[in-house]
Amino acid sequence: MSTRLTTGGRLIDRSAPRSFTFDGRQMRGYAGDTIASALLANGQLVMGRSFKYHRPRSVVASGPEEPNALLSVGEAGRFTPNARATDVPLIDGMTARSQNAWPSLAFDIGQINDVAARLLPAGFYYKTFMHPRPLWKHLFEPFIRKAAGLGPAPTEPDADRYEFRYAFCDVLVVGGGIAGLTAALGAAEQGARVILVERSSHWGGRAPVDGVTLDGQDASVWVKNAIQRLDTYDNVTLVQNCEGSGVYDHGYVLCTERLQAQGPRERVWRIRADRVITATGALERPLSFAGNDVPGVLLASALRDYVVNYGVSVGDRTVIVTNNDDAYRTAKVLVDAGLRVPAILDARPDPDSALIRYIKDLGVTVHTGRGIAKVLGRDRVRGVAVCLQAGEGAVMQEIACDCVAMSGGWSPVVHLWSHCGGKLWWDADRAMFRPDPERPPLGADGQGFVTAVGAASGALTPQEVLNDAAQAVGATAASCETVVEAPILPVWVMPQGANRQLRAKMWLDYQNDVKVSDVRLAAQEGFESVEHAKRYTTLGMATDQGKLSNINGLAVLSDRLDTAIPDVGTTTFRPPYTPVTIGALGGEARGSLFQPLRRTPIHDWHEARGAYMEPVGQWRRPYCYPQGHETHAEAVAREVRATRSSLGMLDASTLGKILVRGPDAGRFLDMLYTNKMSTLKPGRCRYGLMCDENGFLMDDGVVARIDDQTWLCHTTTGGADHIHGWMEDWLQCEWWDWQVHTVNLTEQFAQIAVVGPKARAVLETLGGMDVSADALPFMGWADGTLGGFQVRVFRISFSGELSYEIALTAGQGQALWDALWEAGQAHDVTPYGTEALHVLRAEKGFIMIGDETDGTVVPQDLGLDWAISKVKDDYLGKRGQERVAFHKPDRWKLVGLETLDGSVLEEGAYAIGEGTNANGQTRTEGRVTSTYYSPTLDRGIAMGLVARGPDRMGDVLRFTRIGQGPVEARIVSPVFYDPEGEKQNV
Amino acid sequence: MLILRCPYCGLNGEETELSPGGEAHLKRFGPGSDDASFEAYLFLRNNAKGVHFERWRHAYGCGKWFLAARDSATLEVYGTYPAQTSEPPADIFARIADRGRG
Amino acid sequence: MSDVRIDRVDALGMITLRGAVEVLAPTVESVLGLDLPDQRLMVTAGGRAVLWMSPDEFLVICDHSDAPELAARAMAALDGQFATVAVVSDARAVFDLQGGDPQAVLSKLAPVDFAALADAEVRRTRLAQVPAAFWRHADGYRLVCFRSVAVYVQELLENAAA
Repeated sequence: MSTRLTTGGRLIDRSAPRSFTFDGRQMRGYAGDTIASALLANGQLVMGRSFKYHRPRSVVASGPEEPNALLSVGEAGRFTPNARATDVPLIDGMTARSQNAWPSLAFDIGQINDVAARLLPAGFYYKTFMHPRPLWKHLFEPFIRKAAGLGPAPTEPDADRYEFRYAFCDVLVVGGGIAGLTAALGAAEQGARVILVERSSHWGGRAPVDGVTLDGQDASVWVKNAIQRLDTYDNVTLVQNCEGSGVYDHGYVLCTERLQAQGPRERVWRIRADRVITATGALERPLSFAGNDVPGVLLASALRDYVVNYGVSVGDRTVIVTNNDDAYRTAKVLVDAGLRVPAILDARPDPDSALIRYIKDLGVTVHTGRGIAKVLGRDRVRGVAVCLQAGEGAVMQEIACDCVAMSGGWSPVVHLWSHCGGKLWWDADRAMFRPDPERPPLGADGQGFVTAVGAASGALTPQEVLNDAAQAVGATAASCETVVEAPILPVWVMPQGANRQLRAKMWLDYQNDVKVSDVRLAAQEGFESVEHAKRYTTLGMATDQGKLSNINGLAVLSDRLDTAIPDVGTTTFRPPYTPVTIGALGGEARGSLFQPLRRTPIHDWHEARGAYMEPVGQWRRPYCYPQGHETHAEAVAREVRATRSSLGMLDASTLGKILVRGPDAGRFLDMLYTNKMSTLKPGRCRYGLMCDENGFLMDDGVVARIDDQTWLCHTTTGGADHIHGWMEDWLQCEWWDWQVHTVNLTEQFAQIAVVGPKARAVLETLGGMDVSADALPFMGWADGTLGGFQVRVFRISFSGELSYEIALTAGQGQALWDALWEAGQAHDVTPYGTEALHVLRAEKGFIMIGDETDGTVVPQDLGLDWAISKVKDDYLGKRGQERVAFHKPDRWKLVGLETLDGSVLEEGAYAIGEGTNANGQTRTEGRVTSTYYSPTLDRGIAMGLVARGPDRMGDVLRFTRIGQGPVEARIVSPVFYDPEGEKQNV
Repeated sequence: MLILRCPYCGLNGEETELSPGGEAHLKRFGPGSDDASFEAYLFLRNNAKGVHFERWRHAYGCGKWFLAARDSATLEVYGTYPAQTSEPPADIFARIADRGRG
Repeated sequence: MSDVRIDRVDALGMITLRGAVEVLAPTVESVLGLDLPDQRLMVTAGGRAVLWMSPDEFLVICDHSDAPELAARAMAALDGQFATVAVVSDARAVFDLQGGDPQAVLSKLAPVDFAALADAEVRRTRLAQVPAAFWRHADGYRLVCFRSVAVYVQELLENAAA
C-alpha cells in the first residue's frame, strides 16, 4: 500500500493541507504535492489503464517523462485531458479523473485486449482493418476511437487566457539544477544578460534528493545561496515553472511557463538568445523484464523522489533491480526512511564501489549477476521471481515485495540540443547517446549556439557535472566530494536469454503498449530502419514521445538486427519537449483578438443600422442592410432597385488608394498597367488592369491623374497592400534608377459612392462645387467643397448609374456620410452593401477580381482587349500573354449566361461538354464565374467563361446543378443592362 | 526562425517582421525574348542546398526590399545587402569562400 | 494587475516626406526648424518631431490642424525637385502608454529588444498581427498604427495590460 510517511518531504508543506477529488472520491494532500504524489499518499496506486491492452498502470516516473499516469484535470472551461499526474501541482479543490477505463478504473472491460494480447501484435490494426473498407468506417474506426486511451477533448470554450513574452538575452540557461545554476552564475558574473528557466517549481534538480554536498554544504543550502546570488544581478531573469519547449533557427527558443496567480494561465516565452545552454539533466531508463509495467514497479530515482521530496512511499518492501550504481542511492533513502529493502538485484557480475559497500554495510542484501525473471502480481506487485541475468529466466527464488525500483542507466535529455540539428555520439562505456560538441546546432554566424552541460551532456558524477557547466562559461566549479562509481553494464533485456513468452511481457513503451516482442517482430518483418520500426510499432509515438522507451527500443532493434546501436541511429527529436496547449501557442489571439478586423470610418454607422457584415480580407463590409423581417436576398433586391430608381450610398472606403509621383511616374505606370496611363490628362480618370509577369489579371481599378507628376491609383479592397508592395518591389529591385515615389493613402481617406439618378441632386443640395455634367463629366475628377467639407469628387461608376465617389479625410468620413444621408432623405436614399454592388456591376457586365479571375485568366479572356495598349513595347505581363496557350481558339472566354427558365445558375457550375476525357470524366466547356438574381430584370443573370464563347452567341449550354439535373442557359452578351451606357453618362 | 539584418535601417529583423520574395538576381525577360529565356525567368529556380541568394522585404519595418546570402542547409547567413544591384557584392563572395575553406 | 494607462491620442497631425536626405533636409529645416534625424531616430522640438522611417522617408508629427498648411509649405519649398509630401494624419491611430511598466505590455506583443532601443529611436515592428511603430514618450511609450485597426490595437494593449 502506498502511503504518506510520518516525516520527510522537502517540497511539501504539512501545515497547508489541500483537498481534491479523484474519480469523484475526496482525497487530501499538501501544498507542494503533485497529483501523483498526493494520489500515492492516499493509497491510490493505479492511476490509469494502458492504451491498447487496458492494463492497470501506476506512475513509473516522477517527472515529465511519465508515460502512464495521464489524467483529465479540471472541469468545464478549465478541463485538461492527458495531464501527467507527476507534472501537475496539486491545487486546492482540484478535480482529477482517470482515463481509458470503462466502466471504472478498478474494473475495465477493455482488459479483454490484454487476454487477447497474443492476437494483437504490432501492426495488428494495419493488417486487420484494411479490408473491407465499409467495415472500417462503420465498425472498426468507432470501436478503436472509443477504445483508444487518451482523454476526451474539452467540450466548453477555454475559460483562460494566454500570452506571449518576447525576450532577448546573451545566454539562456535551460534547467535550474546545479549545472544550470553554475552556468547562469558564471555567465552573470561576466555581465551577460542571462535568462534561467526551470520547468519545476523548485531549484536544484536532483542534487538535493541525491544528497550531494557542494563547497562543503548540503546541496539544498548551496542551491539556496546560488539563487540568492543570482537574484542580486540586474542582468539575470529567473523563471520557474517554465519549460524549454523547443530550440529553433538562429537562437530562437520557445519556453512555456505555467502561471499560478491571477491573470493568464500560461505564457509562451519567445526568446532570442545568442547562446543557449541546456542543463536539462538526464532521464533514468527502465529495465526490460517481464511484468515491468505492473503497478508498483517504478524507476529507482522516481521512488527516491517520492520519498525525499513528498514523504510518500510506494510500498513497504522494495526490491531494487539495477545495472548501475545509482539505484543504490534509492536503497539508502529507503533504509533512512525506515522502509525495507529485501534485496538489490544487480545484473553486473561483480560490481564494487564505495557506495555499494556502504549499502551492504547497512545490511542490505545484494545479489549480483541476477535479474528479475518476472514480476508477480497483476494489479500491483506481490513479489519478484529472481533469475540469472546471463540465463534464460529459470527462477532461482521468489522474493515477496510490494514495490520494485529499477534502473537501467541514464539517458541525457538531448532534446533541446537536437531540435535544431545538434548531433549525438554513442558512448558505449556509459551506454548513452551524448551531444557531440563538435557538431552543434549552427546559428546565423555559422557557429554553434547550443552547449549541453551537466547530466544533459552525459556527465555522471556531481563533480563532473559542475566542471562541465563551469567550463562552458569559463567559470570555476564548486568543489564536491569525489565519487567513483562502478561501471554500468548495458542491459537491454532481462534476462539476456529471455524466451518469447517473457519478451511479450516486457514493456518498452508503456503508453502505447509496445513490448520487446513487438520491436523484434517489426525487425523480422523487414522494418529495419529505426524510423520504420517506430511507425510500425508506434514505439515512441505516444504523448510522452518515448522519453523512457526510445533508447531501450533502439537497443532491442539493434540487437535483433545484429547491428551496433550507433549504426541503427535514433529517431529525430522534435519540439516540443512535452505537449504544449493549443491555447498557449495561440497566445492573445482569441475571441475579438483572434485576428485584426479592419473598420472603415463609417463602420459604427453600418453596425447601428443593423448591417449584415461580411469579411473582405480583414475588412468587415456591409453585405446588405436588412429591414424588419427581410431576408438578405430581399434586402439586396431592395437596395438594387432603390439605387437604380433613385439613390443609393455605398461605403467605398476600403478601396486601395496609392499615390504615385515623380518624374518617371508616367513611365512606371505604363509598365504596371496594360494600358497607357502616361497620356491621361490631369483632371481625368482611366480604368486600368494590372497583370503579373505570367500575364494573368491581378488587380484593376480607376487611376486619376492629379498633376503633371502625380497619379492616384485605386486598387481593389483586397489588393491595396499587395499592389503597394508590388509597386515598391519593381521600383526598388528592377527600376531603381527611375524617379518614382509611392505612398499608400488607403486609410487617409474615406470614400463614399453616391449612386443613382438623384446622385447629382444630392450633391447639389450640399452645394459648394459645380458637379454638373459640363463641369465634372464622366471619368473626370475635381477638388472642391461639398456642404463645407474639403472633398475630391471622382465621377466614376461601378454600377452603370450616374455616380460620384467622394473622398475626404477619414476623420470627416462619418460627418459627410451623415450630411449626404440627410440630404438624400428627399430622394429616399438607401444604403447598399457589397452584394448589391455585385449585382449592379454584374448587370452591367463589369468583371470582379476574384470572381472572373482566379490566377489563370488573362485580360484577353475577359474581352478586355480595349484596355490593353497595342502601342506599348512592354508592360508587366505582356511577354507572358504572348504565349501560345493564350491564343488558342478554344480558350474559355467571358460571356453572359441566361437560363431559359429564368432561374439563377449555381455558383461555379460547369457547362457540360461532349464526351469524356482521358480519365473517363465528362468533358466541360465552360464555367460560371458570377451568378445573381437581377432585381432589375427579374431573372437570373450570370457571367461565365466558355470555350469560344463570344463566337457562340445564342447557343444553349447545359450547366450542372447539385442534387438535380442540369439546367439550360443561353450564351448572351455579358452586358445585361443599359448596353449603351446612357445612364452613367448623364 | 531566421534573423536577417536589414541593410537599410540596420535592424536585426526576425522572420515575422520580414516577408520573403524568392530567389534574387533574376534577370527579367520581356517582350521579344525567346521561350527558353522567358521560362527561365519565370519558372526555373536554383533551389540550392547550400548558398542561396534571396529577396526579403522588411515588411513590418522600413518597407525596403533587400537581398540575403544564406546557406539553405545550415542557415548560416553570409550577409545582407541592398537590392539595387544585379550581383552579390564582393565581400559576400569572400565570406562564402572563407567558410568553404573552413 | 498592471497600472499601465492606455489612451487614444487624437489630433495628431502627420506628414509623410519622401525624397533623398539632401533634398529634404533644407525644407525640413526651413519649414519646421528641425534637422533630419539619423537612421531609426527622431528629432523633436517645439511640439513637433521628424521621424526616420527609411533612407528616403520621414514622418513629420505636428498638430492635426497644422498638417495641411505645413505640407503645402513643404511642397512649395520642394517644387521642382524629386520629393513627395503627403498628409497622412487620418490614416493613423495613436496611443499613449503611461504609468506602470509599459515596456512589459509591449514585450507581450512585439518582437523587440528594448535594451537595444535608443532613447530617441523609433521602432517600426509587428504588434501581434499588425504593423506598428513606437518610441519613448514622456515616461512611457507612444504607439502608432493604422486607423482601421485602432479598435483591435486598443483591445490588444488593454488585454496585455490587464
